[in-house]
Amino acid sequence: MVAAAIVAALILGTLLAVALRAEAGRGLGPSEWAAIRFTFWQAVLSATLSVALAIPVARALSRRQFPGRHLLVTLLGAPFILPVIVAVLGLLAVFGRSGVLNEILRWLGLPEVQIYGLHGVVLAHVFFNLPLATRLILMGWQQVPSERFRLAAQLDFGPREMWRVIEAPLLRRVVPSALAVIFAICLSSFAVALTVGGGPRATTVELAIYQAFRFDFDLGRAALLSCVQLLLVGTAAFVALRLSGTDSFGTGLDRVVKRWDAGGLTRIALDSFAICGATIFLILPLSMVVWDGMFGVLQMPAQVWKAAGVSLVVALASTLLMLGFALPIAIAAGGRQSWIEMVGLLGVAASPLVIGTGLFIVIFPIADPFAVAFPVTALVNAVMALPFALRILVGPVRDVIQNYGHLSHSLNVTGRHWLLLILLPRIRSVLGFACGLTAALSMGDLGVIALFADPETATLPLQMYRLMGAYRIDAASGAGLLLLCLSFGLFWLFDKGGRGRADT
Amino acid sequence: MLTLENVAIRQGDFSLRADFTIQAGQRVAVIGRSGAGKSTLLSLIAGFFPPEEGSVLFDGQNMTKAAPGKRPLAMLFQDNNLFPHLSVAQNVGLGVRPDLRLNQVQKSLVANAIERVGLSGLEDRKPAQLSGGQQSRVALARILVQDKPLVLLDEPFAALGPALKIEMLDLVAEVLEETGAALLMVSHDPQDARRIAPMTVLVADGVAYAPTETGALLDNPPPALKAYLG
Amino acid sequence: MEFFQTCSARRILEDTMKYLTFAAGMMAATMAVAETPVLTVYTYDSFVSDWGPGPAVEAAFEETCGCDLKFVGAGDGAALLARVKLEGARTDADIVLGLDTNLTAAARETDLFADHAIEASYAFPIGWNDAQFVPFDWGIFAFVKNADLDAPTDFKALGASDLKIVIQDPRSSTPGLGLLMWVKTAYGDESKAVWEGLSDNIVTVTKGWSEAYGMFIEGEADMVLSYTTSPAYHLIAEEDASKDAVKFTEGHYMQIEVAGKLKSTDQDALADQFLAFMVSDAFQSIIPTTNWMYPAVTPADGLPKGFETLVVPDKGLLVASDQVQAIRDEALAEWLDALSQ
Repeated sequence: MVAAAIVAALILGTLLAVALRAEAGRGLGPSEWAAIRFTFWQAVLSATLSVALAIPVARALSRRQFPGRHLLVTLLGAPFILPVIVAVLGLLAVFGRSGVLNEILRWLGLPEVQIYGLHGVVLAHVFFNLPLATRLILMGWQQVPSERFRLAAQLDFGPREMWRVIEAPLLRRVVPSALAVIFAICLSSFAVALTVGGGPRATTVELAIYQAFRFDFDLGRAALLSCVQLLLVGTAAFVALRLSGTDSFGTGLDRVVKRWDAGGLTRIALDSFAICGATIFLILPLSMVVWDGMFGVLQMPAQVWKAAGVSLVVALASTLLMLGFALPIAIAAGGRQSWIEMVGLLGVAASPLVIGTGLFIVIFPIADPFAVAFPVTALVNAVMALPFALRILVGPVRDVIQNYGHLSHSLNVTGRHWLLLILLPRIRSVLGFACGLTAALSMGDLGVIALFADPETATLPLQMYRLMGAYRIDAASGAGLLLLCLSFGLFWLFDKGGRGRADT
Repeated sequence: MLTLENVAIRQGDFSLRADFTIQAGQRVAVIGRSGAGKSTLLSLIAGFFPPEEGSVLFDGQNMTKAAPGKRPLAMLFQDNNLFPHLSVAQNVGLGVRPDLRLNQVQKSLVANAIERVGLSGLEDRKPAQLSGGQQSRVALARILVQDKPLVLLDEPFAALGPALKIEMLDLVAEVLEETGAALLMVSHDPQDARRIAPMTVLVADGVAYAPTETGALLDNPPPALKAYLG
Repeated sequence: MEFFQTCSARRILEDTMKYLTFAAGMMAATMAVAETPVLTVYTYDSFVSDWGPGPAVEAAFEETCGCDLKFVGAGDGAALLARVKLEGARTDADIVLGLDTNLTAAARETDLFADHAIEASYAFPIGWNDAQFVPFDWGIFAFVKNADLDAPTDFKALGASDLKIVIQDPRSSTPGLGLLMWVKTAYGDESKAVWEGLSDNIVTVTKGWSEAYGMFIEGEADMVLSYTTSPAYHLIAEEDASKDAVKFTEGHYMQIEVAGKLKSTDQDALADQFLAFMVSDAFQSIIPTTNWMYPAVTPADGLPKGFETLVVPDKGLLVASDQVQAIRDEALAEWLDALSQ
C-alpha cells in the first residue's frame, strides 16, 4: 500500500506540480484532439497485432525443444530494451527505402514497399512489443503445471480440446493484461510514431506535450494532455483487469514440463513457421545494429565508457528500487486488492517530460537538480519499469498466495520468513525476468536524465544521442552497440540467474 | 482442550453452527456428506476465517481472533501440504522453526522424525521426486516435530490407495500416541473413523453435532447419516 | 571501572578534536575555492561535450579571468529557455548561451535578462541591435546531399521533382522550425501551396536533427535539412568531400545563436567580461570546427581551410525576433494542414 502510494504520488504529484506552475493556456484545440485520436488508434492496432502474433510464437516456444531455444527466448527481449533511435535505424536498415527488403525487391524486379505511414508505426511497435508479448504469454504457458499437460495427453486431447480446456483459459488469464501493457507503451510513443509515421499525420499525444512545452511553454496544456494519456491508460487497465480471469491452474510439484501435444505435421509446420518468422523479423534489424556498430566501436571517445559506467550503476539502482515497489504491490494485488496493479500501470503512461519537469519544479527549490540527477533517474526508471514488473510478478505471486497461503499460515511462516523462504524461491524465475527487464530498460532509457544531467553525468543513451548530434554517427553506432550489449548482458544475467536449474 | 462456544458462520445460503468440546488426546472423526461443511469447520478451527458468532477456545483461552500460526494445532490439507521448492528436511524443518534456522538439537529432531516415518536417506529430495505415500509421510513427519496438542486432518490421504491409506492412518495413530495430541479428522470413509477415531462429529443440516461414540453412531445412524452411508 | 571511563572520555575528546581539525581544514579548503569567483553559464548539451566548443572556451577564458568558468548543459536551445523559465530569478546561472533568434522574443518577455554593452562587427548579412542578446555564432539552413546528385535549386522545383527529403518537426526541433520560417519568409501567402508541393517528397519528419541526419547517412533520403556548414564537418574531420549543400535561389534562412546575461547574476562584471570575450578572436576561432557553425565575428586569421568550399547564399533571410511568434503560429498551421492531408 505504501509503495503504491509513493508511485501514485510520484506520477500524479509531478503532474500536479506542472499544472500548478502553469499560467492560463489555451486548452485543447482540434489538433490536440486529432493527436489523441491517432494515438489511441495506433496504440489499439499495435497492441492487438503484437499480442495476436505473439500467441502462436509463444505456443510454439512452449512446446518445442530445439538447440538454441534458450538463447532465442532471451534474444526475444532485445528489441524491447533498445533505445528508440537505435531500433528505428535498425528497422529502417531492413524495411526502409534503401533497406535490405527493398534491395531484394528491386533485384527481383518487384515493386518496393513503403514503410512510412500508419502501417509503419504499427510495424515498428510490433517490432518493439512482439517480444514482450511473447515473453508474457510464454510465461503464462509455463505456469501451467506439468500435471495438466499429462492429463491432457492421457485424455488424448486434440488441438480443439487443448484450446478449450487449457489454452483458452490460459490466454484469458494473460492476454488482457498483456494488451493493456502494450497499449500503454504505444500510447506514450513519440519518436517512433513520428519518424516511421511519415509526418504530422502521425502526431501523438506525447509530441503534443512536447510542443506545448517547447513551442508554446504552455505547462497547463502539457499537464492536461498528460492527464488524457493517464486517463486512456487507466481505462485500458481497468478493462483489462475486469476481463482477465484471476483463476489459477492449481499447483504441480515443479516437475519439468513435458509436452505430449507437439506431434503432427500441421503443428510442426505451424510452430516452425511462427518461430522462424518471428526470429527473422526480430533478428534482422538487430543484426543491422550490430553490423553498423562494429565499425564505430573504435571511434568512441572516452566519455562513452564513463557514460556506460554511469548507466550500469543507475540500472542496478533502478532494479533495486523496482523490487522495493513491485513486491509489496504484487503481494497486495495477489491477495484481494487486484485493483492496486493499476497504480503501477500509470508509470508507463506518464510522460517522461511531464514527470521530469514536475520533479524539477519540486526539487529545484530544495536541492540542486544536478546533484540529484542519479537518484532521480534511478527512481523514475524504476517507476517506468514497474508496470512490466507487475505484469510479470502479480500472477505468480497470486498463485503462491492461493496455493500455499493456508499452509504457510498454519506453519506460522509469515512476514520476512515467508518472503525469503516461500515467496521469493517460488517466483524466482519470473523475478529474474522482471529484474532483467528493469535493468535493461533503465540502461536504454533516455527519458528523464536529459532534463537533469550535465555532461559529467550523462548516461549512455544520452551520450549516444549527443554523439549523433555532433555528426559522429559512426561513434554513435558504436555506442549503440555497446548499449545493446550491456542492456542485453544485464537482461541475460538476471534472467538466467532467475531461471537457475529449472527449465523454463 | 478445544471448545467451540455457540459458533455460527454463514456464507450465502450455507450456514454452520457448532457448540461442543474436544478433550485432550481425544481422536475424533468428522463425517457428513460432501458440501456439508466439514472442511469449513476445520478451517474455522484453524483460524483461516473468523466465526460470525461465538468463540473458539483452546484450553479455556479464547483464541477466536488468533492467527492460524499462533494456534496450538497442526493441520494437513487435501493437497499442497509440501512446498515443491524445499527439500524433505526443509519441509519438515518448517514445523520446528518458520525461519529454518535450526540448531543441532532441532536438526536431530527433524532427522529423527524423518526416520520415524521411514524416509531416512531421502532428506535432500524434493517432493516431486517422491511417491504419493512418501509425500504424505513427509507431512506427517512435520506434524510430529510440530508437537501441537491438536492435529487437524482435512482428508490429506484421499488420493492414496486403500492399503496405503490404512498404512498412513496407522502411522497417524502412532504419531498421536507419541505426541499425545488430540485429532480432528475429516473422512469420507466410515471405516477410517472406526479404525482410529473412537468419537465422531456428524456434520449435517447446518449443524456440527457434538462428538458421539463412533461405533454406536455408525451402527445406528440417524436419518441424515443414513442417507449418506446408503 | 573508573579507568575505563577515563579512557573512553579521553577517546571521545580526541575524536572530537580530530573531527574539529578536519572540519576546519575542510572549511579552509572550501573558502580557498570560494575566493575564486565562479561564472555559471547555461548552454545546450552539444556545446559542452568533449568534442564541442566548451572545453576549449573554458580553458581560454580561465587563462585570463582568474575565475572558474562552469558550463551547465541543458538539452537544446528550446529546452534551455524552458529551463531558465522554470528556474526564474532564483537560477544559479549568470549567463545563458545558446538561444537563437526564434527564441529571443520569448526570452525577452521573461524579463530575466539584463542589457549589455557589447559592440562588434558581425559577419552575418543583417544589422544587429539587440539590447539584451549578443550573437556568438550563426548558421545557414540548407539541404545537404551527396555531391554527385543534381538537385533542384528552389522549393517549387524540389516539390516538382521526385527527390526524397527528410526534415525535422518544427514542434520539437530547431532546424525544423527554421525550415518553417524559411518557406514562410520566402513565399509568404504562397507557402501553403509550396508545402503541398513538397509533401510527396518528404519521406518522413523526425523528432530532432540527429534522427534526420542519421537517416540521410543511412541512405533513407536524397537530401536532409541541415546547415551549409555540415559538409565542412565531413570535409575537415573525416576528409570526406562526398557531401555538399544545395544553394536555393530564394535565399536561405539563417539562425543566429546568442547569449545573454541574467539580471539575477551575482558576478555582474565577470559576466560582462565573458560576453566581451565571446566576440573576441580567442572564442570565435574555436567555433567553426567545434560547433560547425560560422563565427559571429570573423577572426583575424579568417575561417579554417575547407570553409571556402561551402555554399554561400545570395540572400540571407531572417524574421525579426518580435515578429517570430505570430509568423510561426500561422506557418505551423499551414504546415500541419498541408502535410496532414
